[in-house]
Amino acid sequence: MFSDLMNEMAIKSNISDEPDTSKNVVPVNLSRRGFISGTSLFVIGVSLVGCSKAEEILIDPVPPTPAGPSPLKEVRGGDATPSLWIEIEADGKVKITCHRAEMGQQSWTSMAQITVEELEAEWDKVEIVQALGNPKYGDQNTDGSRSVRFNFHRLRVAGAAMRQMLCQAAANHWGVELSECYAEQGIVTHTPSKKTLTYGQLAEAAGNLQVPSEDQIKLKSRDEWRLIGKEISSLTVEKIVKGEGIFGQDVQRPGMVYAVISRPPQVLGKVLSYNDSDTLAVQGVLKTVELPAATVPVMFKALGGVAVIATDTWAAIQGRQALSIEWDKGPNAGFDSEAFTKVLSERTNTSGTIHRKRGDVSQAFAAAETKVTAEYQTAFFVHSPIEPPSATAEWIGGELEVWACVQDAQTTRKTISDLLSVDIEKIKVHPTWLGGAFGRKSKCDFAVEAALLSRELGKPVKVVWTREDEIQHGYYHASSVHRFEGGLDADGKCISYLNRAAFPSLTSIFNPSADEATGFEMGLGAVDVAFDVPNLQVESVKAEANVRVGWLRSVANIHTVFANQSFVAEMAVAAGRDQKDFLIELIGAPRIMDPNKDEQTQYPNYGADATEYPLDTARLTNVANRVSEMAKWGRELPKGHGLGIAVHRSFLTYVATVVEVAVDDEGNLSIPGVWVAMDAGTVVNPLHVKAQIEGGTIFGFSNALYGKISMKNGAVEQANFPDWRLLRMEEAPRTFEVEIIESNAPPAGVGEPPTPPAAPALANAIYAATGKRFRNLPIIGADDYVLPLNRTEDA
Amino acid sequence: MAITININGKNETVDAAAGTPLLWVLRDHLKMTGTKFGCGVAQCGACTVHLDGEPTRSCSIPHDALDGAKVTTIEGKEGKAAQAIRDAWVDLNVPQCGYCQSGQIMSAVALLESNPTPTDQDIYDAMSGNLCRCATYMTIRRAIKQASTRL
Repeated sequence: MFSDLMNEMAIKSNISDEPDTSKNVVPVNLSRRGFISGTSLFVIGVSLVGCSKAEEILIDPVPPTPAGPSPLKEVRGGDATPSLWIEIEADGKVKITCHRAEMGQQSWTSMAQITVEELEAEWDKVEIVQALGNPKYGDQNTDGSRSVRFNFHRLRVAGAAMRQMLCQAAANHWGVELSECYAEQGIVTHTPSKKTLTYGQLAEAAGNLQVPSEDQIKLKSRDEWRLIGKEISSLTVEKIVKGEGIFGQDVQRPGMVYAVISRPPQVLGKVLSYNDSDTLAVQGVLKTVELPAATVPVMFKALGGVAVIATDTWAAIQGRQALSIEWDKGPNAGFDSEAFTKVLSERTNTSGTIHRKRGDVSQAFAAAETKVTAEYQTAFFVHSPIEPPSATAEWIGGELEVWACVQDAQTTRKTISDLLSVDIEKIKVHPTWLGGAFGRKSKCDFAVEAALLSRELGKPVKVVWTREDEIQHGYYHASSVHRFEGGLDADGKCISYLNRAAFPSLTSIFNPSADEATGFEMGLGAVDVAFDVPNLQVESVKAEANVRVGWLRSVANIHTVFANQSFVAEMAVAAGRDQKDFLIELIGAPRIMDPNKDEQTQYPNYGADATEYPLDTARLTNVANRVSEMAKWGRELPKGHGLGIAVHRSFLTYVATVVEVAVDDEGNLSIPGVWVAMDAGTVVNPLHVKAQIEGGTIFGFSNALYGKISMKNGAVEQANFPDWRLLRMEEAPRTFEVEIIESNAPPAGVGEPPTPPAAPALANAIYAATGKRFRNLPIIGADDYVLPLNRTEDA
Repeated sequence: MAITININGKNETVDAAAGTPLLWVLRDHLKMTGTKFGCGVAQCGACTVHLDGEPTRSCSIPHDALDGAKVTTIEGKEGKAAQAIRDAWVDLNVPQCGYCQSGQIMSAVALLESNPTPTDQDIYDAMSGNLCRCATYMTIRRAIKQASTRL
């Protein structure tokens, strides 16, 4: 397993943790030759170490007719050449390469389930090989809730192709027809004679065969699945319960030193001068190193500052505290997040860039019987994975190896190559397990720091981010203001809907002139509102970025859906209607909704083809109806209780959430129940999908209740958990029920879609319980709220 | 000054700067990385170990106060409660990313060792100091109850 290797790595060096197929070299651990089949990239690794039955494997390899190139290099989703993903050893061990990062969403388990389903290997023979960052795998950027969506087809093809080649090797050996052979659970059987051979016995011979083309293989039918769609246990849990998982913070290299960095409090700030005499007096501190200041665009560059190098992390932390640094605060020193929100609020009073237009909202609103207007504000949020970022870098003879908790090892490699002007072929990036990520670890600034320091020092260096570093030097989820105008006719039906949004764009880290939300970000909840309203308009207005703005679990959907699903509930109140009925009516008759049919619209649909992944309002209404049934919507509630609902499609997945809150006479809030219905199309592992639903929902609650990050003079005011709270165990819902809708639709996202409806369902529930409408996030701690809403132990 | 600490039943001699917290002695000096760093200020519980049987935040205990003390970490924690907790954790697939789980498990084991049949409130009291950003809280609660029935 990967973490075995990582543990071993602490002692030895130069261990490659993936088969290197690029050079047609097979990892063979004993004297037998490997398979090198002409120019084919198709190779099955054979390892005879520890195999007591080597003599049984002696199947004559087929005559070495050179196999041609793999015809599976460009199937849907990318390269499905089996040798890129699967290695079968002589003892039957099946090594599956996972090219996505493992950060708790169980990509190791799900990627293996897909591949091994078609391979028909035995699940308990599976081991995961964590892929390094390399373009040969295609996209490795483990965000956007798309590991399964991007790879479902091609990993099935890779598994099925390998299965067929194993059958072919057996057929060749027996001199029978391929059609007379079948594979099941690691064994190929010749049906008429009942003769069998194991995958381990066949691996070497299969390795010489031509890779079949996609039309020559047969994928299993849905009713034959024994892994996909099943609650398969996590492949990481056994290590975790023994403390054996190796995360970025845990990497050890021989001779390694530790670095903790004092970074400029403001983005683009610089060191003017510094005095390290007290630092150097700290026992264990070796030296200090000034890092180059960041320049625009900040992208994933190191932020600059002064690194303290020491023999352990504690000495480095103490040494940093003793540093005296004079900063040039730079161009962002005037930034005040509260003043910024006021500016954004002001700007939403006048029209801006139109992203979607249907009918005439001004005229319809003017003529409306009932006018509803509301403005919603959300603070900056930060990721706070429990593992703060960390990276270890080591240069050996002009070659760089990096071990880091990065979501995208490939981009990390490219970024280091670009910023340090190193040939990319001389860089290896090993993703460790990630102790949570939520988008933070897509940004590899911490790995760049490690690479810079290791080059400077000529030693392996581990850069440790403390919690304070994580909170104060993040890529913050944009603060926002959303303004709405809704017009209702005499029957209380919505005839006009205007949403004007102001939030800084995450593209600003790449493009410093970006000073307004982009179409891509407006397509995360604003443009794609599935409301059947004759007059509808979505706009953005200017919003500059004065901090690093970044994506966080579900991105702009967080504030946008909080705002628009709260606003729907406010319109329902104005119409005197039940919130759920009004919402379902607003979504309207079942239809495929294409926002691009409206004027001035360019809806990206999460980069997916709209024919394969249409926005189907029937599925949206279905999850809303299902969750209402689960929560027994409309039931009589105890005093002080209220139900709220929200529904949204994001990352191509439909989620509806009902929250029940209880608020006592003193304003103490608790969450007795949560119900979620999700339609994510085909689901690979319902057990882990359920975990993502619970986790993503509570992530939404935590930000909504406590998540405020504020800046004064360009610097973040919060520092560690005493100033910035996460939801704790006793605050989690007492009841949490989930339904995953059975579906044959193609797989869609899972990790992010549960988050957007969480906050508005919570706010709508608080309104139902108390009559108090919370239009700003976070809910708790804002000065202008009447209700204290302290938390209590129980409902 | 060299200090001898009994860690997982083995006497370890450590020569770290005075005041260095146990956490960094474990992680950086002894290369025992099962005990995790999350906040450094005893607010997240990721670094929880047992000190003479009591759950303790190792980030906030100077190692030089531990001469002769008995420390147990996730790597060395054994016994009936530990086994029951680990079994329940595996059975219910408690962890998501897993980073906080060393601390969660150490807190949960200490709870069951002192109170084999905890109520919900006992669980909250014992586990409130362990943060989980993946929010595995509800599964942890179920797992502690399941483990409790199998003691």
